[in-house]
Amino acid sequence: MTKVSITVNGTAQAADLDPRTLLVDFLRDHLRLTGTHVGCDTSQCGACTVHLDGRAVKACTLLAAQVDGKAVTTIEGIAKDGVLHPMQAAFREHHGLQCGFCTPGMVMTAIAMAKDSAGEPLTEAKIREELEGNLCRCTGYQNIVRAIAAGAAAMKAG
Amino acid sequence: MYPFDYHRPASVKDAATQANDDALFLAGGQTLIPTLKQRLRQAATLIDLGAIPELRGIVLNGKTLTIGAMTSHAEVAASPDVRNAIPALADLAGKIGDPQVRNCGTLGGSIANNDPAADYPAALVALGATVHTNTRSLKAEDFFTGMFETALGVGELVVKVDFPLAKRAAFAKFRNPASRYAIAAVFVAETDAGVRVAVIGAGPGVFRVPEMESALAKTFSAAALSGIAVSADGLNEDMHATADYRAHLIGVMAARAVASLT
Repeated sequence: MTKVSITVNGTAQAADLDPRTLLVDFLRDHLRLTGTHVGCDTSQCGACTVHLDGRAVKACTLLAAQVDGKAVTTIEGIAKDGVLHPMQAAFREHHGLQCGFCTPGMVMTAIAMAKDSAGEPLTEAKIREELEGNLCRCTGYQNIVRAIAAGAAAMKAG
Repeated sequence: MYPFDYHRPASVKDAATQANDDALFLAGGQTLIPTLKQRLRQAATLIDLGAIPELRGIVLNGKTLTIGAMTSHAEVAASPDVRNAIPALADLAGKIGDPQVRNCGTLGGSIANNDPAADYPAALVALGATVHTNTRSLKAEDFFTGMFETALGVGELVVKVDFPLAKRAAFAKFRNPASRYAIAAVFVAETDAGVRVAVIGAGPGVFRVPEMESALAKTFSAAALSGIAVSADGLNEDMHATADYRAHLIGVMAARAVASLT
């Protein structure tokens, strides 16, 4: 067993885990934060995307032990006081989802993308390139791209 | 995953001490963890290198750019030092995998795994980089020994890589449209040591194309490469591309890389 201490959505969490425990399983099965989804489980689809010290990572491809001492933010941790994060609001406004399975990962990737591109404009081409690690099988991406552009603009303004 | 013991040493020395025949080093994990999950590999012990500060960082010193083994692809791609000193290297790092993978995957992990389709080996060989391990220093060409094989021994790990600065360098990659791995990619570099052309994705490991190097040494232009045919002998052949197609792509990618510099 391996002892881990991870700050999740601002709250310190400690656990004694089988070292094989993936970060996504720690979040879902131990903390019951089931907003982070397991899609492909092979590092491709991005449904499990969370922020590790502010950067987008795939929680199915990290051991929980690897993030010991670090801060993780999940989809449950971005709304404040019951008010949706601007990126969540933009996904709703622009209908950036159909079945919704990929959406938590899309939103987390989108927020990281908007923060990373602070200096340069987030063009449609750039958004599509940065979405390379997230798959959606419903929407054809059009509304997701629109939602991210609007959400990034709202974050900048906000 | 099969069960393993997990260690997270705080120094290179401790990591080396904990290693043995039945242990694996864990770098960014973007290849190793999926491989363990599929039970394609197993180890009694996993030694996580993620908590060793001396393995991280980027330093530009005179005519050498030094990158720590545990530096992520995203850090290399975004580094002002790398972008100024060897823009082609930043470009290469920024095109590995996807953004999430680049935030975790590392230089040391990539070269220690030596996947035939991994991008970094092309840059190391074309630039004439030196790989420093905890026990010795190796020229890139001596480090990469074959498909998924390197010169690393038991208890030996990559600490950092020294890249000589290039007068000019470029990387051109033809990606599999689905997996996004290189079907063939070429890194062209002109350094103080001359012109080098290194290929990944097409063969069982990284290799140079001497005919292209001597042609470019005479005239550095895409036109100088026309008429140079790369043999398909020994190149990879699979459901994605034939060996002949890969041989053809090497010429196309080399010309694109050179054209971007002239």
